[in-house]
Amino acid sequence: MSTGTTKLDVVVSDVVPVNDLVTRFHFRRRDGELLPTFSGGAHVVVEMRDGDRTRLNPYSLMGSPLDTREYTISIRRDDVGRGGSLFMHRQVKPGLEMVISYPVNLFSLDLRAKKHLMLAGGIGITPFMAQTSQLAGAGGNFELHYTCRTASLGTYADVLRERYGSRVRLYHDDREERIDLDRLLSSQPLGTHLYVCGPAGMINWVRDRAASLGWPSETVHFEHFAAPQPGAPFDVTLAVSGKTIRVGEQQSLLEAIEAAGVDPPYLCRGGVCGQCETNVISSDGKFIHNDHWLSEEDHRSGCKIMPCVSRFEGKSLVLER
Amino acid sequence: MGITFRKETFRDDFTFKNSPEHIRRFPFPFNEDAYMYAVNIEPHVVGPKGSVLENLIDVDEHYFAEMQDRALVLAEDPLRCQSLPHMTLAGWDLLELLMEQQALGYPEHFTLERDGDRWRWINRPLGIDDTFTFGDTSTLPYGPMEYITRQSQGDFCILDQRDGNLWMDAGMVTTQADWSLDFDIGMNFFEWHAPVPLAHEKGIFTRALKFLTNIQQGKPARRLNWTMTINPRLDTSPENYHKWGPDRATVTPENVGDKVHLRVELQSFWRLPRSNGIVFPIRCYLIKMDELVTQPKWARRLHRVIRDLPEELATYKGLTRYRPTLVEWLSKLDDGSPTSPGFGPD
Amino acid sequence: MAAKTIISRPIYGTLSPQPGKHHLFIADAEGAVAITDMAGKAPSGFFGSAEIVFIPGPEGKHIAALEALKPAQLHVAPSFASLLPRLRQTLTNAHMGLRLYLAGTEGLIGQAMQAALEAGIDHTSMQTEQRGSLARRMQCVHCKGITENVTTQPATCAHCGLLLLVRDHYSRRLAAFQGVCINAEDRSEIPPMEEAFP
Repeated sequence: MSTGTTKLDVVVSDVVPVNDLVTRFHFRRRDGELLPTFSGGAHVVVEMRDGDRTRLNPYSLMGSPLDTREYTISIRRDDVGRGGSLFMHRQVKPGLEMVISYPVNLFSLDLRAKKHLMLAGGIGITPFMAQTSQLAGAGGNFELHYTCRTASLGTYADVLRERYGSRVRLYHDDREERIDLDRLLSSQPLGTHLYVCGPAGMINWVRDRAASLGWPSETVHFEHFAAPQPGAPFDVTLAVSGKTIRVGEQQSLLEAIEAAGVDPPYLCRGGVCGQCETNVISSDGKFIHNDHWLSEEDHRSGCKIMPCVSRFEGKSLVLER
Repeated sequence: MGITFRKETFRDDFTFKNSPEHIRRFPFPFNEDAYMYAVNIEPHVVGPKGSVLENLIDVDEHYFAEMQDRALVLAEDPLRCQSLPHMTLAGWDLLELLMEQQALGYPEHFTLERDGDRWRWINRPLGIDDTFTFGDTSTLPYGPMEYITRQSQGDFCILDQRDGNLWMDAGMVTTQADWSLDFDIGMNFFEWHAPVPLAHEKGIFTRALKFLTNIQQGKPARRLNWTMTINPRLDTSPENYHKWGPDRATVTPENVGDKVHLRVELQSFWRLPRSNGIVFPIRCYLIKMDELVTQPKWARRLHRVIRDLPEELATYKGLTRYRPTLVEWLSKLDDGSPTSPGFGPD
Repeated sequence: MAAKTIISRPIYGTLSPQPGKHHLFIADAEGAVAITDMAGKAPSGFFGSAEIVFIPGPEGKHIAALEALKPAQLHVAPSFASLLPRLRQTLTNAHMGLRLYLAGTEGLIGQAMQAALEAGIDHTSMQTEQRGSLARRMQCVHCKGITENVTTQPATCAHCGLLLLVRDHYSRRLAAFQGVCINAEDRSEIPPMEEAFP
């Protein structure tokens, strides 16, 4: 049997600009019932019907898990991406009916932790909004270090400072404020777990320093959804369903497979969960792997691809779909 | 009209019996005339009316007696119910799941009223009417997991998910097929299954773990497992093995029908919303051979399964001592004619 | 030893230096040799941030070899029970970046691991190396009593007296192997007792 997500029929109940780049969206169930409970760090996949195109993007739930009357997500506008964030910013208004997935958590708190140390960069703050609400409600021990470009782009920095006071430390790039990471990591009590969400460079830096300073890998958690990257169009043969499809410049391979009426399972659409892993039957060309699921060996083998985020350049590609 | 709950025992005088309706709804676990391990997991969706799958959490005529037996086990050995400190939130998740499902399936016996975090729970068979604050452990007489599993049939294991594995970090286990929660608590999926023969080599647990870690909220799954038990004893724990083990030497051709029981576990798997854990209810169904063979198809099929079972499995399931006697007894009910496909009786 | 075992049976490795700020070694008897063997692979200055806690046992060997490593601290203890309060205190005050290395008998490794688990260290991040006796700690599943230094199969529970099969099934939380009554179905069956865990 396949896993995969269940859908929720929702209506946009509010759209709130937060700052120059970020807008918050509120969803309620169309039938007026409560939404499913979730855990801090969970995301939903939002279906965006944009003319004859459907994009499905994952966004972290940022409300309190204790409040299931509505879900909230915050989206940073990306002017050079594939258009999902622009669609949300420009087209989505209160009253619009949309479909989202059930919540899925691939960035869960380790509740054994004696302390939770959270490091956020930019829009990476969103999962921590929910996690801090969850922990604060249960008397959890946490500390949040949040780096943003400027005070005015410090999304929810004011809210977090007001809620949690000195448990939240802010660092502004334009004021040359930097986390003293080595000192921070070396002064944490035994049993601390580290969580990091932000740009890839920040995640890699934090993971690397933590490993060097003796943090075991099971104490370091990171949320790193890759957004599918645009690229040159390419053709793919789906051997099982007997179809040949073209993947457009702004389309992901998974979206193109779905547009052809074939539905691989998925949870994250960001190269993390492993659900849509697909076997390659034959290929003549170069893979552009962007996922965090397959091993380096898998990447080199040319036998597997994660169609949610990875692409292909070359003469022919035949997949077992 | 609701269920008529039987007054019966699972120890001492062993008065446990299934009514004729309950014999027909018994979850017979073999859909062919042979048995081997497989990843036999399927979606846990509602099944036909009158089956054990009519509701996703099944309550049956043995409810009251099973809850009494559980209370006796816990009084003797409180270590059968344990929860590591980080699992309290998952306990609340489980409390919500079981209250919701029991109230939904059996409104004449159970009622749940919710007003924000003020909850009122009425359990008529056990005479309970409690009002409490959801999330506040001080408002219940036990921890949330213990409170609700003292009122729910079956064993319950709560698994914490981390580092790509599942960790058995809490449970209520009083009707188990010979494994010890007190010993296994804190182990990961592979470790607590370590004593199971053959399945590791076949990669069963690797595939099962991959499936289970991806179970999604609102999409539970299930599988059946089975063993055999002498006398209708729910508590066949290793803790008490020296007390129930001698039963296995008491099987004679004359008492097979009354003493030997097929023991089927309906295991289901649910994602828990707040804790992101998984709960694994293990619901045990017992049926004595005299009851089972009232369905001729089951008698023929069980004969063939037990006769042909690989030796390692027979040993692991503890059948060795009485298997010949049982096979001989069942063989008289097997005329060699074919059995129809599927689990159900003809 | 029988080659066939089960997944819950602990597997011990060979100590190797880990990245970290502080290094805590706990060893008994021949476990000291695992540390001195590892020292050859350690970067220079490694033991400057290391503490070694050592239980020499009755033969009293290896202390000089450990001193020669010039660890920041060397503490020699007469028994595991005697070092446990100190170990707990060390772990309570420790910071992330502390790495743990356990070497010696299974009983020592298991009990030190148990204290470290309680302090919030994951077992997968601890380095272990088994040296010396294979004697087992065993929990009687019936009476819950722990019997130390079990070397025979089957073994008699020191608490309730039942004759127990010593399984390979192991609990890190209890730091013990499981003992289950070997003749529960017919108490008159008395299998011979053999040296199994020398």
